[in-house]
Amino acid sequence: MAEARADAAAPPAGRDLILEVRELTMRFGGLLAVDQVSFAADRGRITALIGPNGAGKTTVFNCITGFYRPTAGAILLRDAAGGVAELQGRPGHRIARAGVARTFQNTRLFPGMTALENLLVAQHVPLMAATGFGIGAVLGLSRYPRAERAAIEKARAWLDATGLLDRADDPAGALPYGAQRRLEIARAMCTEPILLCLDEPAAGLNPRESEELSALLLAIRDGQAAGRGRGCSILLIEHDMGVVMRISDRVVVLDHGRKIADGTPEQVRADPKVIAAYLGEGDEGEEDAA
Amino acid sequence: MSPAALKDAALTALVALALFAPLVGLRTDVAPAGGLYLRQRWDDVAILVALAFAARLALLAWRGQRRLPTASTAPGWWEAPLRRLGALAAPLLLAVAVLLPLGAFSWDLGAFAIPAVTGRYELDLGILVLTYVMLGWGLNIVVGLAGLLDLGYVAFYAVGAYSYALLATHFGWSFWLCLPLAGILAAFWGVLLGFPVLRLRGDYLAIVTLAFGEIIRILLVNWVSLTGGPNGIGGIPRPTFFGLTFSLSGGPGTFAGFFGIEPDPSHRVVFLYYLILGLALLTNWVSIRLRRQPLGRAWEALREDEIACRALGINITVTKLTAFAIGAMFGGFAGAFFATRQAFVSPESFTFIESAIILAIVVLGGMGSQIGVAVAALVMIGGFELFRDLQEWRMLVFGAAMVAIMVLRPRGLVASRTPTVTLTGRKRAISGELVGEGHG
Ligand SMILES: Nc1ncnc2c1ncn2[C@@H]1O[C@H](COP(=O)(O)OP(=O)(O)O)[C@@H](O)[C@H]1O
Ligand SMILES: [Mg+2]
Repeated sequence: MAEARADAAAPPAGRDLILEVRELTMRFGGLLAVDQVSFAADRGRITALIGPNGAGKTTVFNCITGFYRPTAGAILLRDAAGGVAELQGRPGHRIARAGVARTFQNTRLFPGMTALENLLVAQHVPLMAATGFGIGAVLGLSRYPRAERAAIEKARAWLDATGLLDRADDPAGALPYGAQRRLEIARAMCTEPILLCLDEPAAGLNPRESEELSALLLAIRDGQAAGRGRGCSILLIEHDMGVVMRISDRVVVLDHGRKIADGTPEQVRADPKVIAAYLGEGDEGEEDAA
Repeated sequence: MSPAALKDAALTALVALALFAPLVGLRTDVAPAGGLYLRQRWDDVAILVALAFAARLALLAWRGQRRLPTASTAPGWWEAPLRRLGALAAPLLLAVAVLLPLGAFSWDLGAFAIPAVTGRYELDLGILVLTYVMLGWGLNIVVGLAGLLDLGYVAFYAVGAYSYALLATHFGWSFWLCLPLAGILAAFWGVLLGFPVLRLRGDYLAIVTLAFGEIIRILLVNWVSLTGGPNGIGGIPRPTFFGLTFSLSGGPGTFAGFFGIEPDPSHRVVFLYYLILGLALLTNWVSIRLRRQPLGRAWEALREDEIACRALGINITVTKLTAFAIGAMFGGFAGAFFATRQAFVSPESFTFIESAIILAIVVLGGMGSQIGVAVAALVMIGGFELFRDLQEWRMLVFGAAMVAIMVLRPRGLVASRTPTVTLTGRKRAISGELVGEGHG
């Protein structure tokens, strides 16, 4: 893990930050999708990233999780012990191993594998180490069976927490839409992240499912879900303002690739610039903001 | 007749014209005077194009009346019984495979005598089928599990065969020492090829692996000082039974002499048969085990969704490389076996058609299915032999059968996937429609 320069590592006074995004810029050819955006996410909190369609939210996520290489800017991840890792420009799998898990705007499960298998793939890195990198496992020599039993137990706990225990042996692709979204969150949590990035987890859910999702996210934040005991900071992209206002501790608003507001849900809701951005989006935006 | 159908048929005729004009229309013949001359057969071309036009129209009309049988990836009627037999079918096949060579000898069991039922021909065919079963299982790791389309698998087969041929003829090392070396060398070449290539996806990967297969073959043809060029390498030592040769002299150092039995040429064939059976079963055992391990699960996850894998911390380059290397290793083992069986290798044995046949076995069997691949190898290689009397028509039969199967069962004989682990303990098959095929 590359330690950042001393000045970059200095945490701002008063806030315990898990993620700091500094002057992030992402350009696609002539299109400036993200323009010098800076924001921070507090440890143990839910930070929402909102904005009209095309504002650049998913692009910010892709930069944080290593799917895009940012044109400019810095992304710093601080673990609980105070170590700082620079995420920009690292390959995606190394960022995931550093403790950043994500879900996708259009769910990306392994549809032909069962729910349980999906959660075991998520534990690939520790399991692979337990097999002695494959060789020991083929010969049946290693401590792998015990590791796999532990992995299955963890998967069971998360299936239980997301209400999927009775669907454990069903292929992920055959689950109803809401269940697939929950399974994706469970899968991300099985990587034992310190920061969970969710891209529109409530999209397409009915009001009751949204309600359950809010409760699940709060439980994950506080470390009560699946008996994990350890909280997890959450970065959330969401269009459902009901969910955002209910569970976010802090809200960052993007519009046309720029940050236009940053504050508590109440502050953001009252911000004229935010209201203008959402009204300017037309019918679709109003519906989203409702 | 709708104008749309006419247009469609005209387009078909145009394609047929473009194809047949150079293929059929122009033909070089030897002139009576001795030189070559170009014979033109435009009337034949016209007939063929007209046939294509009429056939397309007829097909469209027929399809307008009744729907074409839709391609299905749903479990076929044979899959449920096969799975119910599953616990039975595989051991049954295995038992047949194990017992087959015993039929080569006549048994005198006191009360009654069993004559030899399987001859040399059946055993040789068995060896051939088992070689393809092994190659199919090896390629299945790459194509079926990891979803990487490899059109140059025969290259690793060649590397294994030439490794054994060169090591055994130059250094006189024994088969049992050369076998792992051949596998390691093939795996090494797999990694070497995989490193630059596995960044490519889909069609690009397929094309580069195809080229790699040809490059290896051309290298073998042209590197005359090492490989003997088109003449190949002969006089490759035959395998020994723990140091005992299969010579017909019956002396003390031979198999027959040691066990005090009558020397018989079929001893070696039976030994080779069990050797390839053992190697194939090893391939099967390793694939089945790996599939239940994190590595195999990561391969399958890679086939399903590469991007999701990256988000879960899986290093996709390394994971793909392991699939490539392990697949190549089994190709290398099979190659070493091929060399010792033939006692002669030449580049001719490693043409693209071999890659195509092995890939066809994997696709036909159902990607990722062990038993499907075995059955497909049996049907394809066995069927190929069965229709030997049809001569060149058998290629046509073979092609037609492939097309029919791909239309009716695009996901192969066993299209569904069995989960590797369950909570409830009941493994229910996953429909092929949900299972990914990989993108490269
Ligand atoms: N890979 C890409 N190539 C080109 N343009 C992109 C790419 N990804 C996103 N964009 C563009 O960046 C802008 C922001 O997109 P996105 O981040 O998906 O918005 P949001 O998630 O806020 O709705 C859009 O105009 C989109 O077209
Ligand atoms: Mg988006």
